[in-house]
Amino acid sequence: MSAITSPARQASSGMHARTINRVIIYGLLALFAIFYLMPLFVMLVTSFKTMDEIQNGNMLSLPHAPTFAPWVKAWSEVCSGLTCVGMKGYFWNSIKMVVPAVLISTLLGALNGYVLTKWRFRGHTLVFAMMLFACFIPFQSVLLPMATILGSLGRFGVTLQNATGFNFGLGNSTVNLVFVHVVYGLGFTTLFFRNYYEAFPTELIKAAQVDGASFFQIFRRIMLPNSLPIIVVTVIYQFTNIWNDFLFASAYAGSGDVMPMTVALNNVVNTSTGVVEYNVNMAAAMIAALPTLIVYVVAGRYFVRGLMAGAVKG
Amino acid sequence: MSTVAETQIKLTPEHDAHPGASVRSRLQDLLPKIVLAPSFAATIVFVYGFILWTIYLSFTNSKTFPSYDITGARAYQRLWRWTFESDPPSSWYTSITNMGIFGFLYILICLALGLFLAILLDQKIRGEGVLRPIYLYPMALSFIVTGVAWKWFLDPGLGLEQTLHQWGWTSFHFDWIKNKDFVIYTVVIAGVWQASGFIMAMFLAGLRGIDGEIMKAAQIDGATTFQLYRRIVIPLLRPVFLSAFIVLAHLAIKSYDLVVALTSGGPGGSAWLPSNFMYEFTFKRNEMAVGSASAVIMLMTITAIIVPYLYSELREKSR
Repeated sequence: MSAITSPARQASSGMHARTINRVIIYGLLALFAIFYLMPLFVMLVTSFKTMDEIQNGNMLSLPHAPTFAPWVKAWSEVCSGLTCVGMKGYFWNSIKMVVPAVLISTLLGALNGYVLTKWRFRGHTLVFAMMLFACFIPFQSVLLPMATILGSLGRFGVTLQNATGFNFGLGNSTVNLVFVHVVYGLGFTTLFFRNYYEAFPTELIKAAQVDGASFFQIFRRIMLPNSLPIIVVTVIYQFTNIWNDFLFASAYAGSGDVMPMTVALNNVVNTSTGVVEYNVNMAAAMIAALPTLIVYVVAGRYFVRGLMAGAVKG
Repeated sequence: MSTVAETQIKLTPEHDAHPGASVRSRLQDLLPKIVLAPSFAATIVFVYGFILWTIYLSFTNSKTFPSYDITGARAYQRLWRWTFESDPPSSWYTSITNMGIFGFLYILICLALGLFLAILLDQKIRGEGVLRPIYLYPMALSFIVTGVAWKWFLDPGLGLEQTLHQWGWTSFHFDWIKNKDFVIYTVVIAGVWQASGFIMAMFLAGLRGIDGEIMKAAQIDGATTFQLYRRIVIPLLRPVFLSAFIVLAHLAIKSYDLVVALTSGGPGGSAWLPSNFMYEFTFKRNEMAVGSASAVIMLMTITAIIVPYLYSELREKSR
């Protein structure tokens, strides 16, 4: 907290004016809190209502007889297109994609940041700038070549399978998505670690070098143990981004039982056979939202703090 | 910071004193570059190489499958013609007009709302720790979830309109999400809802970083609260404005999922952004060359915004 004397407090002289001021401020803040909470609230209460109550009741009212049936149905029965097996398989698809992609991209980002700050070479700024620019490209500009490459890798995988009995993961949608997310996440992870390590005291590294510590020893014994805040930021950032990705997922794993959660949710919501079961749709959306929400609730404060340290400084 | 790098270089020559261990020490010297190489190579190939590939495709007549015979700038000529085809609007005309409306309103409202909320939250608020995550959590959701939630909320037969009717306000009418002229504004609403809390957090961090002495001095000189913010605080937040603008601009140009989930493209594709145009033309309408050309135009737009920013940022840092 800074030592700023609140300007609002200073400007209003009388006790009375000050109270009115405070009431207005708190009123506005509460109003906006309602604005931000409303969609989540509606989603949550709807997911516990019966269809009957949804059609005849009020969107904002609490469920009269809360039921878990929509959640159960969303998890294990709901139809995505013509297959009705629930979201659970797609949920695991997403987990299987997110965990390796986050771990690999974070580790590579840490190593890159370490090299780009503590083992600088001629042209390190250019290398960093080129990796940084990759963060900002619209992925539409690489979508098609990547689809072509993944397609031919898949065909090569089939050949390999026939020849050796093992395809080394080529053509597997989950492996493909992990690869794509690692490649296009590297810019961000490198940026985070580079900015963080830039402020890390170089004297410590020097001392370790004099003592004969190697490149990896310094990384493992000195850098990593001191990197917890930035690891938290990077992992949260990558986790939310990859879990929430829709473009790559729909382009490279857009149908069948290999879909990640976001694509499956979109299909579920747009499946229009018979009556649209809004409660089940909302439960499915909540299931898709829960992992990232939990991460934000548990570790969000570290995320904002860490990200601000890097982002606002520039 | 460059001084750090120089001292690093001076440290390494100690290896040269022992020529016997030269292979090992040479390896040690190369190790940092070897570690960085795969990431850098991946960036070169999968970012810059693929961009060139996309540019190449945009000059062919690729339809369903890529074709590699250069046939000239036909795809760009078509896009150029479509740019002025406003009656009836071509898909491209709709996409870029929507981009203009969405980009402008989304960035403006997010900045204004983010700054406003940050200033309110900075008035020594009790319960700030509760409010901040409430404003921020939408950023954790995927655009698909946001789209599903707002689609329900804005649906005339189910959401807000229906609720207000039940409460007795029967003349209330709000069907933007089904109206081809207004559907893009619903994308703005949902987009602002999702990102403004994050912008608030950026401004709040900026406000907390301002030196209290400057504020005190201004107050002693008799500045009113409004003057204080307009003349001193907001100018001091310029770097935050820039960072927030960059974040928002690139989120706006990348917005694809939100349009899909909220509007399914809108009535007759009336909610399309260029990103949706690219996807539809490439993967659904078998016009790969046109899709690639639109991707190239998107990329050039972002480049025009980002490169000057990165250039000034990196130059400042290496000084």
